[in-house]
Amino acid sequence: MNLPVNLLISGTQLLARKRQSFIAMLGVIFGIAMFIFMISFMKGVNNYIQDTMLSAIPDIHIYNDIRTDYTSSVASTWLRNDPAKVIVVHHPRPEKVRLNLKNASLIIADLKTRSDVEVVSPLLSTQVFFNYGPVQLNGVLDGVNILEEDRLFSLRERMMTGRAENLLTADKGILLGQGLADKLNVTRGDLVTLATPAGASMRFRVVGTFSFGLSTVDNIKAYVSLSGVQQLLAKDHDYITDIRVKLKDINAARDVAAICRKKYGYKSEDWESANPSIKAGNLIRDTLTWVVSLTLLTVAGFGIYNIMNMVISSKMKDIAILKAQGFDGRDILTIFLSQSLVIGILGALAGLLLGFLLSYGLSRVPFPQTEFTFMKYFPVVFEIKYYFFGAGFGMLTTFVAGVLPARKAARVDPVAILRS
Amino acid sequence: MNEPILEATQLNKFFRQPDPFQVLKDISLSVRKGEFITIIGKSGCGKSSLLYLLSTLDTDYTGSLSINGSKVTGLDEHALSGFRNEHIGFVFQFHYLLPEFSVLQNIMIPAMKLGKLSRQQIEHHAMERLEQMGIRDVALKPSGKLSGGQQQRVAIARALINNPGIIMADEPTGNLDSSNTEIIFNIFHQLAQEGNTILAVTHDNDFATRSDRIIEMMDGRIMQK
Repeated sequence: MNLPVNLLISGTQLLARKRQSFIAMLGVIFGIAMFIFMISFMKGVNNYIQDTMLSAIPDIHIYNDIRTDYTSSVASTWLRNDPAKVIVVHHPRPEKVRLNLKNASLIIADLKTRSDVEVVSPLLSTQVFFNYGPVQLNGVLDGVNILEEDRLFSLRERMMTGRAENLLTADKGILLGQGLADKLNVTRGDLVTLATPAGASMRFRVVGTFSFGLSTVDNIKAYVSLSGVQQLLAKDHDYITDIRVKLKDINAARDVAAICRKKYGYKSEDWESANPSIKAGNLIRDTLTWVVSLTLLTVAGFGIYNIMNMVISSKMKDIAILKAQGFDGRDILTIFLSQSLVIGILGALAGLLLGFLLSYGLSRVPFPQTEFTFMKYFPVVFEIKYYFFGAGFGMLTTFVAGVLPARKAARVDPVAILRS
Repeated sequence: MNEPILEATQLNKFFRQPDPFQVLKDISLSVRKGEFITIIGKSGCGKSSLLYLLSTLDTDYTGSLSINGSKVTGLDEHALSGFRNEHIGFVFQFHYLLPEFSVLQNIMIPAMKLGKLSRQQIEHHAMERLEQMGIRDVALKPSGKLSGGQQQRVAIARALINNPGIIMADEPTGNLDSSNTEIIFNIFHQLAQEGNTILAVTHDNDFATRSDRIIEMMDGRIMQK
């Protein structure tokens, strides 16, 4: 072994007090392990919550917001725009409102050419009433292209009975939310009768049930084919009320929505604006995680600082004799700082390993199952960047915690020690 | 006579704490190569202060000091450390061996710091020094396991490892019983015979009488005889 003499001294001293070094290391190990564990778990929770809340929300939703133009009215036409008369209309009502997107097929075709768009799914949605004996249950009927809808919301994974594709083959097939199906007391193969507010009614055969884990969706929503709803509403095959878009990068939604708004002239809502609570929740959990983790790492740093201070106090005579023999302040600094760094680096590596094992352990713990949870295990993410950050911050802490006592050691006046 | 190895002129040193106090007053001193000099005097007369000053450990003084023909007054800490490493060997009242290291490693450390020889050569020299001290058999023991007299002999071997121009000793026998004191006396005597320059502070008159020259100090001054 031909280490430089400073490192030889450093290493020998470190090994001579294994217990003390190990205890200092434990602080770093636990600090970094808990950082990795907490950040992996919290990110997992964030992802889970976001996935659940966004499971029925598209990245961008383009629709025709009701805006009525009251600058001209039937009254003024009837009164022939006589400039001598002032016409005041109280509580005007629109004569005719178009809820559809006029040039839907063009918008869809254009959206599909964008490179950042993953899925474009058109929708024709209407309020309906489901007949249940003498009672009429409120519901929302979505006419969709079921394959696009599956790509948008992973519908296939959410099917409780039947298959989503059945909608394509069955004549007048319908997919019901599980809650709605339970309320209507129907299962796969049964017939349901529904009516629109305008009075049209139609019978559909249940080909499957689905559950998003959100009662607001599962209790009211039903899917049929796009043409089914167009037929029900007596509209032509180009009649679309909404377009939903899934992006490759969910975080680009705000910008893309703004572009769509400008380009197509319809209301474009991104998921963030529609659900500000998701982002707020993420921010709060992230802040909590970082504050706790950094506190742990800082406390670990204080542990090293304390132990190195104790070591240096007990090594004053050794420092004095080394200085007398020709070691200068920088050599002494190297000797003691390298001890802190070895503790920090080994502690960081062991901490990363322990953190990984804890995270992995949690990711194998079954999550308590209920009707509406799709999680089998506790949510944990494994992202290499947090491991790098943990190691980096841990080493920085030990460096700072090591430099302060080591500088004190470097400044020891040998005469003051040797005389006493 | 030989050329001077250490030359000090007009050294003055003050302690500022707790009260201003002049501990060394106008000390001028010349040590020739191969001389064995002892500095004696009552406790508090400034003999240890003078030794630390001459050994370059203490830089807070006025006057000028040259060792081995080069002026050391005014050099920075780094340069002084290197200078001490190469030219000065220390023996203290307490041995100050590093407890984590073996006897052999303790002796080798100053030479490894100097870095002029390979580890094997250094080890060879260290073994020779131990042989010279008559304690070759303890080379691989931890330094803490030795008796006081043996430890002091290891400290002397350590002081000699870089073949320093001058050996400085502060009460080398101050903490030893009479039989060990005798052994250390003999070693110093032998080293002097071999041509080493030795500057030792002591309050042991027997030790002093066996040196070539005695410098007696009182109240911060060298007493003229």
